[in-house]
Amino acid sequence: MDVTTDWYLVLSAILFAIGAVGVLVRRNPLVMFMCIELMLNAVNITFVALGAELNDVGGQIAVFFVLVVAAVEVVVGLALVVAINRRRLGATADDVSVLRG
Amino acid sequence: MEASVFIVGAALILTGGIGVVAAKNPVHSALFLIETLTGVAVIFVLQDAHFLAAVQVIVYAGAIVILFLFVIMLLGVDKTVDWQLKEPIAGQQPLAAIIGASLLGLGVVITTIATDNLTGAIRRGGDRALDSGFTDVERLGRVLFSDYAMSFEITAALLTIAVIGAVVLTRSIGRDDLLDDLEPAPMEPSSAAPHGGNDSDLEPDPADGERAAGGAGGE
Repeated sequence: MDVTTDWYLVLSAILFAIGAVGVLVRRNPLVMFMCIELMLNAVNITFVALGAELNDVGGQIAVFFVLVVAAVEVVVGLALVVAINRRRLGATADDVSVLRG
Repeated sequence: MEASVFIVGAALILTGGIGVVAAKNPVHSALFLIETLTGVAVIFVLQDAHFLAAVQVIVYAGAIVILFLFVIMLLGVDKTVDWQLKEPIAGQQPLAAIIGASLLGLGVVITTIATDNLTGAIRRGGDRALDSGFTDVERLGRVLFSDYAMSFEITAALLTIAVIGAVVLTRSIGRDDLLDDLEPAPMEPSSAAPHGGNDSDLEPDPADGERAAGGAGGE
């Protein structure tokens, strides 16, 4: 049986949906970040699959840049989580409500 | 053969993804995330993106997840089952399920119906083609340092800014900290007390000095 591009795209759609539901349901900021990583990986699968379909290395280049930006996002996000926890604002995303009007 | 490798990779990805969302303990979520990332690496190998598969394992599973685990251990494992807390928005979880299902349906419908349109673009030739005879790393390097050289340099700047930002954010600050003045915060980490807007509390809290000293000593 041949693995067509559709297979990868459907797999990516499922993974993206799992990640999106995770971000919406979970309250722990760390787990929310992990779910964002799931969504980024779903998009990476799409890039590589379509790059292979179109015989173009541009898809892999895009994945390369997504990896870098994901690393940057994690570093800054985790620094924010640490800073918030150091000020004892609370453990879940709902507790950080200093700016509420 | 190809299909069986795909099924193994997809099973790794999907069980890992569900585990990340469903695990009660954040450490377990991180370990499930490693499973998902390994599955994605398998999928990359299947599509001849060998360099990306290696980078996926080294950077994602080796660096990013370890960073997650560091922060989890630094802050203490929070074992409360967070999706069973009181919801600030009524009906958030059913709504999340609906949104997830519709995203999934949209993705599947688009990819299965519109694939002809998605892949109707011109197939590449020359240096950028995947069958141009170069090895994987060589091809990636040629394109990255010619067509995408500017983006690559901007990426370097982005990484530098992120490192500086992380240092600034996690630096321990003394009593001139604005948030400490706003929050007469209790010392217990577990009590997420409602903040009562004690803006008039301007004299320095003795606990603040202790905390700043502890923070400075901890680094």
